[in-house]
Amino acid sequence: MVDISANCGGIRSPNPFWLASAPPANSGGQIQRAFDHGWGGAVWKTLGQPIQNVSSRFGGIDYRGQRNIGFNNIELITDRPLESNFREIYDTKKKYPKHAIIVSLMVETRDEWRDIIKRSIDAGADGLELNFGCPHGMCERGMGSAVGQEPKVNAEITAWAVEYSTVPVLVKLTPNVANVVPHGLAAQKGGAHGVSLINTIKSIIGVDIETYVPHPLVDGRSTNGGYCGAAVKPIALHMVGALAREPEFKLPISGIGGITNWRDAVEFMLLGSSSVQVCTEVMLRGFRIVEDMIEGLTDYMERKGFATLDDMIGKAVPNFGEWGELDLNFETVAKIDANKCIGCNLCVVACDDGAHQCIHPAAGSRVPVVDESECVGCNLCKIVCPVPDCITMTEVDNGYTRASWNDHVAQGKLLRPKKASH
Amino acid sequence: MARIDDSRSECVFDDFKGPLTPEQAVIEANRCLYCHDAPCVTACPTAIEIPEFIRKISTGNLKGSAKTILEANIHGMSCARVCPVEVLCVGACVHNHQGVPPIQIGKLQRYATDVAYDQGWRFFEAGAATGKSVALVGAGPASLACAHELRRFGHACTIYDKRAVVGGLNTTGVAPYKMRADRSLDEVEWILGIGGIDVRTGVEVGREPSWAELEEQHDAIFLGFGLGVDTPLDIPGEELSSIYGAVDFIERMKLAKVAVSSVRNAVVIGGGNTALDTVRELLGLGARTVTLLYRGTEAAMSGYAHEWEAARIDGARALWQAQPVEFLGKDRVEGVRCLRVDDDKRPVAGTEFDVEADLVLIAIGQAKLGGLVGALPGLRVDRGRIVVDEHGYCGRPKYWAGGDCANGGKEVVNASAEGKRAARAIHQMLEGADHG
Repeated sequence: MVDISANCGGIRSPNPFWLASAPPANSGGQIQRAFDHGWGGAVWKTLGQPIQNVSSRFGGIDYRGQRNIGFNNIELITDRPLESNFREIYDTKKKYPKHAIIVSLMVETRDEWRDIIKRSIDAGADGLELNFGCPHGMCERGMGSAVGQEPKVNAEITAWAVEYSTVPVLVKLTPNVANVVPHGLAAQKGGAHGVSLINTIKSIIGVDIETYVPHPLVDGRSTNGGYCGAAVKPIALHMVGALAREPEFKLPISGIGGITNWRDAVEFMLLGSSSVQVCTEVMLRGFRIVEDMIEGLTDYMERKGFATLDDMIGKAVPNFGEWGELDLNFETVAKIDANKCIGCNLCVVACDDGAHQCIHPAAGSRVPVVDESECVGCNLCKIVCPVPDCITMTEVDNGYTRASWNDHVAQGKLLRPKKASH
Repeated sequence: MARIDDSRSECVFDDFKGPLTPEQAVIEANRCLYCHDAPCVTACPTAIEIPEFIRKISTGNLKGSAKTILEANIHGMSCARVCPVEVLCVGACVHNHQGVPPIQIGKLQRYATDVAYDQGWRFFEAGAATGKSVALVGAGPASLACAHELRRFGHACTIYDKRAVVGGLNTTGVAPYKMRADRSLDEVEWILGIGGIDVRTGVEVGREPSWAELEEQHDAIFLGFGLGVDTPLDIPGEELSSIYGAVDFIERMKLAKVAVSSVRNAVVIGGGNTALDTVRELLGLGARTVTLLYRGTEAAMSGYAHEWEAARIDGARALWQAQPVEFLGKDRVEGVRCLRVDDDKRPVAGTEFDVEADLVLIAIGQAKLGGLVGALPGLRVDRGRIVVDEHGYCGRPKYWAGGDCANGGKEVVNASAEGKRAARAIHQMLEGADHG
């Protein structure tokens, strides 16, 4: 029996699945229903001085018929009265004492921070999340990502919050920076108990080619919004991993960004996340997706022999390093399983036009042939192949011992001859 | 062009394979793997760049999609409906090897070409006039494809047909649940829209004008006159009423009216696709029972298995290995006397049995018309088919041929491909003559 209860920076929840601070966590009614569906925690939609939102607010990007592989929004923080939010936080915490309620906050002055933190904790918050990430609207007013992009300001405001808070403080980081590590370290310096990342990415989701207006449309104009959804997962994973492998960085991480199912969640945890937050997939599919997330994670942990989340968190971190450490003498070539091949020749055209021209049509057969003397083992054919396990990248014993670029530069280690570079 | 009205019998039929909505088309288009050197293209006699036209549907480039189809096959609209895709493009789809439903290529092709027709898009213009003139004998798909291609090269075209209605079997012979005659006429009109194709109906070449006159008046002659009348069984009682040739009956159903609703026991004799079409048509027209009578086994039938399956689902019955030997009845047919045949299709003596029938359609083939030109020196006819080389050339200067009169009776798509192929060869010849 595995235990999937989570603890992220001292914030405990029955499972690691939290609603991110976003429209699904806008009200007590929503969050209570989410908890009924099985969500372990919720980061309340950011509280601050209530704002006015625009119509419309969301945009989606489709790819080959798949709707909304990426998503963006130009919505701001809560537009509901603070009193209503605090009353609902109180009610929700009372009804769901074991679930984690983290209140996301975004205000300007030190006094405002002190005041809103006190009221949040009085209402029953289990933790706070400082919204230093919002990349649209609020940053124009000196908040959100405007804070998250300045390590000094980040550390200073974090320190205020930690000073006033009696519950754990997470700092939500923006991905709209060249390198996330200094910003995570700034939060750590300010005394945060953890970080959550990523917030959304500055984006234009698309342009209406009939009217020449970017999406989402607001009466003939638009603005940049925050990009999220499945498509941002690789960016989020990198930023989570970059912090997780940083020796100076010691804080727990709540992972966010394109998590749509238990597999995504497992990936974030393997790269160092103690909890995961989900917004877009809930917006597109509803709270009910958590059932599969819980089952899938539990089954995975049973299969891998993990008793607790701590057994798996960060498992992939040691395997993530610098390019210069990779073994240049490791060699693979593509092998096509003739019994599985359906003859689509997608590998042929991909290799021909997009790689190294080493997969060729075979005379009298739909199964192409790999010229292994030219194959650089790039993986493109395996990626385009529509049949699972039809193309495998097979290791070649070339007689060379391990030699990375760093080894080669530092120690003059011998590199194997290059392939297909004529 | 002469139109036909909606009171004709074929109008009771709806599409067996209905059209796709725009939403369905895009979803289906997005399933296509966009194979390289795709098997579906190889399987298409006109080599339509299928993955390309499907991708263009998925991106909303419907104009480009329809152009890709029609550039390869000017009959793309009708072929989308009448092609046996199950044994051609769809049958070759790589998804079949994965146990995944193949892409509905025919339906997607129909979608793109229907939109093009509805929108009135045209893609091809006649070439600058060359002063050359080509005669095309027969106004079916082979001649129309040939003429359209020749017009793109700038050669003047005259199509002769002894019938009043144009489009050949595409108009008079296609099962109406695949395509009705009016849609074929839409296509004829679209093809002729390139301009410069003079269609002369009610003309029987060989009589008036004679072949010699045709040779005199034109620089090249394309023979695309198809097949002739239904082959009779030549058994006693065939003169009884309510016994018809299937092709003749289908033509009447498509262009005029046939009375079938009071038929109790219809019998269709034959095992080819015309026989299978006829079975389904009779059921659709209201015949109480329809029985297919075939000398061979189910497996030996030349009709497509998927067509028989559809007929069976419609309620068709079959008597396999049964050979009709006599039609019974006084004036009107009342039954068919049959003999069982063995596995080598030989009748077995003493196995006689009678099948009740108040309507009999004979679908055992059509006359080959090679004889019409068999007397012209240099032109060879083999068992009624005009013999052609890989370009459709007949061996007699100026003469090319394609479609059923040369291939013995294949699909519309074959006729269209052969017509276009001949046009290119004719053009080369005409160009060469210029330089020569």
